[in-house]
Amino acid sequence: MATTAAEPTRRDFLFIATGAVGAVGIASAVWPFVSQMAPDAATVAAGAPVDVDLTPVAEGQILKLFWRGKLIFVRHRSAQEIKDAQSVDVASLRDPEADAKRVKAGKDQWLVVYGNCTHLGCVPLGNEGAYKGWFCPCHGSVFDTSGRIRQGPAPTNLPLPPYEFVSDTKIRIG
Amino acid sequence: MAGHSTYVPKTAVGRWFESRLPIVGLIHSSFVVFPNPRNLNYLWTFGGILAFMLVAQIVTGITLAMHYTPHATMAFGSVEHIMRDVNYGWLIRYLHANGASMFFVAVYVHIFRGMYYGSYKAPREILWILGVIIFLLMMATAFMGYVLPWGQMSYWGATVITNLFSAFPVVGETIVTFLWGGYSVDNPTLNRFFSLHYLLPFMIAGVVVLHIWALHVPGSNNPAGIEKKTDKDTLPFHPYFTVKDALALVVFIMLYCWFVFYTPNFLGHADNYIEANPAVTPAHIVPEWYFLPFYAILRAIPDKLMGVLAMFGSIAVLAFLPWLDTSKVRSGSYRPMFRFFFWLFAVNAVILGWLGAKPADGLYVIASRICTAYYFGYFAILFILGFVEKPSKLPASIAESVLGRQGSAAAVGASAAAEPNTKG
Repeated sequence: MATTAAEPTRRDFLFIATGAVGAVGIASAVWPFVSQMAPDAATVAAGAPVDVDLTPVAEGQILKLFWRGKLIFVRHRSAQEIKDAQSVDVASLRDPEADAKRVKAGKDQWLVVYGNCTHLGCVPLGNEGAYKGWFCPCHGSVFDTSGRIRQGPAPTNLPLPPYEFVSDTKIRIG
Repeated sequence: MAGHSTYVPKTAVGRWFESRLPIVGLIHSSFVVFPNPRNLNYLWTFGGILAFMLVAQIVTGITLAMHYTPHATMAFGSVEHIMRDVNYGWLIRYLHANGASMFFVAVYVHIFRGMYYGSYKAPREILWILGVIIFLLMMATAFMGYVLPWGQMSYWGATVITNLFSAFPVVGETIVTFLWGGYSVDNPTLNRFFSLHYLLPFMIAGVVVLHIWALHVPGSNNPAGIEKKTDKDTLPFHPYFTVKDALALVVFIMLYCWFVFYTPNFLGHADNYIEANPAVTPAHIVPEWYFLPFYAILRAIPDKLMGVLAMFGSIAVLAFLPWLDTSKVRSGSYRPMFRFFFWLFAVNAVILGWLGAKPADGLYVIASRICTAYYFGYFAILFILGFVEKPSKLPASIAESVLGRQGSAAAVGASAAAEPNTKG
């Protein structure tokens, strides 16, 4: 041993090579068992875009619908609610975001947000809380009329789903 | 599992078998002649009670699985089917649901007993850590089991608890999506929870075997917290402790049956008899009672990630208890200052449980923060206490702690009266 300590032997090479092949083999065997936990093809396919007709949604009303199994709020905001959302000092917010960034240009009355609290996923109650936006009954998060977090444990604003206006009274989510 | 076996099979067939698989000898040495400290009190019967509860949950659970349908559109109906149509389905389901609660009653007594008598101290650290692992597995099993009826509390409990993992930066959202198998709690989630709920009890059983194995290396701790030295300090497991365990078990089963037959839904929530609705969260969502102290810790912290870390940390800290408690004396009976802080910890844990069921606002939040601070502070106090506390005098032996100095002397004098081993 003393004479060849620094010199890798053929045995060392075989040991490392066998170990490496074994590790790759185990990793590739484990992969399918991890991958199967991801959303399956049917669940992903259920994420096809949905069209929502806005005409029946009266001012002040909040429509609930599901896309990809997730709850979405479509809120028809009143002039006062829009004003409240726009007049906030953005820098004072926990998750600073201007109201204009959260609605489509020229469509200030329509707020479309995911309907699960960003804390632990409960459904906040509409028109409740200090800012008359949403109030989450589970752990007390308060959202304003732009769906932004104002008080409580939730870290971020209610996120926006991908959507676009296909006509003046119809949106396509997805 | 230790080398106490003096077992010699009486029959030739028995000897033939024993020389090939010495399992009867193993049982004999572990649960018949195994020398237990003679001063064990009734708090030491909860290990046996827990073993019974694990078996009871597996038997009732496997039976329920024969009638239950793990599908989002059928699960709720199949549970009602069990309650109304299956012969004795109501009984088996109530035994299983209340069995979970009784399992936790017993495990909390078992844990607090270990904490009071210093059962986690050397040489029983591995035994204690295996216990913490069993506790974690129990919590995971109970949580997933509660999701299966697919009621409102099931659904929203699953949503809130799985969302805990979203608190972790970068990978959080991906972890949650992989837990769900979708973009929200749905049928794939229910399916995998059913599969894991069926698996985990057997993993618990496996860790229980290790737990008992680790127990039988040094043997049980005891109320005096000193090691057994001579035969006079011990009694054989059978009949002395089999009988004691059996009596405690029967009394415990009476309490269990009182819940099952007289108030089977007392520990549950009425909201769980409403089918899961992803569009509406119940006004007051609370976990089952056995999770409430940890839930209160989660809500006490105003930051999402820190709250989640504090909650997981409140359980993880138990695993480090053997090294956080610096006192050389095991039993709380000989630690005057420890006793005060221990009972304060116990009361604090109960108050945390009460707070966990209250709404998260106003004074409740402030109280939760104080209690959370003491929960963690207790472990820091234990660390310091070992250096400043002056313990009271320990008995010279286990026999002396039971019989007093004279009894001990009499026992040394080989008096038959003080030597129960000779009685029968």
